[in-house]
Parts: sequence; structure tokens; C-alpha cells
Amino acid sequence: MKATREAYGEALLDLGRLSDQVVALDADLSKSTKTSLFAKEFPERFFDVGIAEQNMIGIAAGLSLAGFVPFASTFAIFASGRAWEQIRNTVAYPSLNVKVCASHAGITVGEDGASHQSVEDIGLMSIIPNMTVLVPSDPIETKSIINWAFKYKGPVYVRLGRMGVPDLLPKDYSFDTKPYIFKKGKKIVIFATGIMLWKCLEAIELLKAYDIEPTLVNIPCLKPFPEKEIIEIVREHDMVFTAEEHSIIGGLGSMVASTLSRSYPMKVSFIGINDKFGTSGKPNDLLSFYGLDAAGIRDKLLDNIK
Amino acid sequence: MPFSRIVYKPEYDELEKKALIIRKNIVKMIAKAQSGHPGGSLSCVDILTSLYFRILRISPKHPKDPERDRFILSKGHAAPALYATLAETGFIPYEWLDDLRKIGSPLQGHPDMKKVPGVEMSTGSLGQGLSVGVGMALSAKILESGYRVFVLLGDGECQEGQVWEAAMSASHYKLTNIVAIIDRNGLQIDGCTEDIMGISPLGAKWKAFGWTVIEVDGHDFLELIPALEAISYTSKPTAIIANTVKGKGVCFMENNVDWHGKAPKPDQLEEALKGFEGVEFMESDEVEVDSSN
Repeated sequence: MKATREAYGEALLDLGRLSDQVVALDADLSKSTKTSLFAKEFPERFFDVGIAEQNMIGIAAGLSLAGFVPFASTFAIFASGRAWEQIRNTVAYPSLNVKVCASHAGITVGEDGASHQSVEDIGLMSIIPNMTVLVPSDPIETKSIINWAFKYKGPVYVRLGRMGVPDLLPKDYSFDTKPYIFKKGKKIVIFATGIMLWKCLEAIELLKAYDIEPTLVNIPCLKPFPEKEIIEIVREHDMVFTAEEHSIIGGLGSMVASTLSRSYPMKVSFIGINDKFGTSGKPNDLLSFYGLDAAGIRDKLLDNIK
Repeated sequence: MPFSRIVYKPEYDELEKKALIIRKNIVKMIAKAQSGHPGGSLSCVDILTSLYFRILRISPKHPKDPERDRFILSKGHAAPALYATLAETGFIPYEWLDDLRKIGSPLQGHPDMKKVPGVEMSTGSLGQGLSVGVGMALSAKILESGYRVFVLLGDGECQEGQVWEAAMSASHYKLTNIVAIIDRNGLQIDGCTEDIMGISPLGAKWKAFGWTVIEVDGHDFLELIPALEAISYTSKPTAIIANTVKGKGVCFMENNVDWHGKAPKPDQLEEALKGFEGVEFMESDEVEVDSSN
């Protein structure tokens, strides 16, 4: 078990060893976002700007203009919220090569509670033109995504989590922005992003008792949204579910529904945060509280199948 | 790689002539667009003239030279001043000025670095340029490059919190290769800066944030140019408080808050142009526009 933020820290360190173009920035959370690993080995290429997220994004933009590839990290709530307009105007509008890698996304931040739980960041980042929005589901995918982001020229937002996640994808997995069919089933398809891939996999185990075998598809790239591939997958199924540790407004569910409404109208059932703030608690208890654990997902499917 | 340099150094009386031409073009282009910000454009003309004709190591022939000095117009609404200056220095053709703020024009209401050679950063949302300047100055330090970074801010802009985040970081990182110039015209959209949200004492604030502070008459080349040259001698980031007159050069716009973001009507243009009689467009050399960015 390893959090995607930890896999990010390791991947960033590897990139730092590979290329001296890589620089990292943090806003006083490097021990939590794991940029501390890079900072320790490359102090001359690491900038802790203090508790000043807006300035961090601006400095990252300036560094990118000199040919550096800046990775700027803080919690998702501050990156996508506090510094939203800096990302929009100073990074995305001129399409600068800045990578915003934000950790502690979703409710599984845990005990810190609503002020620190970002359930809006996918929507906030996806609405900005020129942005690429990526959500890794496990440590393997995180490393592949960070390497991809380094090679890609342009602004990227990567959503990372605090909670430990098992390796789910094959060791030789290579991220390519397309949906990844994780498990082939029948009749029902679940599109999942981030940590929900793991939770859906657990739910599918529980659903075996009911003779239900859904297809499980991992969606790591929320923007550009893989509309064509999603429609192709939906064509082979009768029911569509989406699962995300994010508000059902502006996230994966909205995007799938919007895609289908234009080309292949079909009912979509959303598993996510129903227009609510987070709350304090242990990560697993919170997943259960919001219906995002295996039992919650199972029940949601059973309710909709009836 | 070609060495960036100023092609020539005009004498002070010639600088005054350049400033007049730039002012005339600002008024004309805003009048033609019937939209734009004349007040804050006219107040910073002498600052831009000093930079582009005496200070910046730049060349329109090599707009992407990695060793060039960087200039960021953080007060992006003064775009007409920057565009008129870029035309005067040969970065863009004069004809572009005719299409300010029109659909399809590279000259957007606020500067777009992707569309205009010589524009180093897209700006417009106040408070963000200095942070980018700090990033550029840090880059020069890491790369052991000699380029300098100049950022022009409005005085009202200093009400933005991010300006002070950036100010703190420039001195923290001991950046000696960055200059913030504050166009202290004393006015903002809703009134006098000191009535809306007082920023005085401005110099003391920058000093407290670890900057060398130089206060000058922002319309006097004899004060502006030595202050801008002081970057070579300082051991701290440099803040230049340039005291200016909003609307400078057009008598009915001077110190008048109503001319922050309003275009002159044809009769007003006529009156304004009387102040520039005898000031003519300079014929530009062949300008090769580098649109590879």
C-alpha cells in the first residue's frame, strides 16, 4: 500500500536525477506532498515559497519561461482553489509548461475535515482551456503519469491522494490518456477515477454473490476527455455508472453524462459526493459515510438494478 | 547565439521626442479602438521609454535570445503604452496599432505573449507579474545567466496581496537581478489610491520587505535612468517608486480619474492631438515579425 502522493515524490526524484531541467516548488507542505524527497537531493532546484500558493504558481510560470519544467505542489484545495486564477491567467492562458501536482485531494484527507478536503478540483481545473487534468488510481499509474507529464509540453494538473492504495495496474502499465479496461464484465459498466478504481474492484467482489459482473474502466485522463472511447465502451453495455471521490457536479459523472447526452443518450448513475462538503473522520470511515466504500458502491448498483 | 544589445542610445532630448510619439500613438490607437485605458498608459510612457531605449539589453531581431533582459508589464491594462513602445523599437509593425482590441488582432486588450513579439508575459489580472518576474530572476540565478528582470506595477496594484508574497520571496532568494517599478500615479478606477485603500508609505513598505528603494520623478529621464541603472550596484532587489501623473501629456486627462478606462471621442481626440503638433510617426525599418513563439 502506498499513497499516490508518495509515488509522486519518488517519481519526481527520479525525474530530477534524469534531467536538470526539473525544478520543484512547494508552499510549506513538502513533507506531506512528498516533494521533500526531491528537495533533499536537489536543494538548489527546490523552492519552498512558504504559505503563498498564488506566488508559487507565478514563480513556476517564470521558471518555465527559462526552459525549466516546474512541478508545483500543495494540497489540492489550495492549488485548485486559492491559486485558481493564477493557474488560469498566468499558466493556462499562455499555455506554459507548468505541472501542478496537488496532493490530499478528496475526502480521504481524513481528520483535517472540510476546509482541507477538495471535492471540486477536477471541475475547477477541467473548465480551464489548455489544461490537461490527470487522476492516477494507484502508485504504478502515478509514476507513469508523472513521466508523461514531464514529456508533455503544456500545463498539467495531477490529482494525488493521501491515503495508501494497493498496486492495481500491471507493472508494465503505460499511461496514454485513454480509458483502461480494468475488468471485462457484462451489461453494466462502471467508469471509475482515482482511488475509486480500488473501491469499485472491492465492490465487484461483493457483487459476485448477486451474480452481477460489471465491466470496470479506469479513467485517468479527465481532460482531454476520451469521449470517443467512452461511447464505444458504453455501446457494449446496458447500464452506466460513474465513481469518483469528487463532487458529482463538474467531475467524471458530469463528463460522462455530457458526452453521452450529445452522442449516445443513456441514463447515468453517479457515485460521488452529492453536493456536500467533507467532514472530519478516518479515511475509511469517511468513504463509508459518503457511500464510496465497497458496500456503498454495491448498494448503489443494487438499488439501480432493481 | 547573438549578443542582445541596445542598437543605439538616444540622447535625452531624443528620448523626450520618442516619449511624445509613443504618447501620441497611445491616444490615437485608443481613440480608434474606442476602448482602452489612456490614463495609466500615458503615466508610464517615460518609464517604458527609459527602459526600451536606454536600459534593456534586447534586440527586435532576436526577440528570443536567452540572454536578453526581460520586461513584464504587470499592470497589463497599460498595454497601449507597451504596444506603442514595441512599434517604436521595431518589435512590431506600426500598422498593428490600428487594430488594437479588434477581433483577430494580435494587440489584445491586455498583452498576450503568444501573439506579440517582445511581450514576455501575458498579463492583465493585477498582482501576478512580479511573481513571474521572481521566477525569471531565479532562473537566471540557477543558469548563471546575466539577464535582468524589470517588472512594471501600478500603485493601485500594490493593494493585491500577491504582490507582497512576491516581494517577500525576491528578497528571501537574495535576487539582485530584479527591479520592480511602481507607477505611482495616485489614482485607481474608483478614485485616489489613498481614499480607496491607502498604500502609503509605499517606499517604507518595499524597504521593510527587503528591497532597495529609490523614489524618482517618473517623468524625468535624468532621475529615471540612473535609478534603473542602479541594479548594477545593489545587493538587494530594487524597487523604484516612480511618481507620475495619470494621463500625462493630454491636458484634460491629467490627474483625472475619469480617464482610467475611457476612450476619447473624435472631438476630444482632436483636442488631445493639438498637444502633439509637430510630432510625427517615425518611419519604421523593415520589421521582421518573429511569430515562432
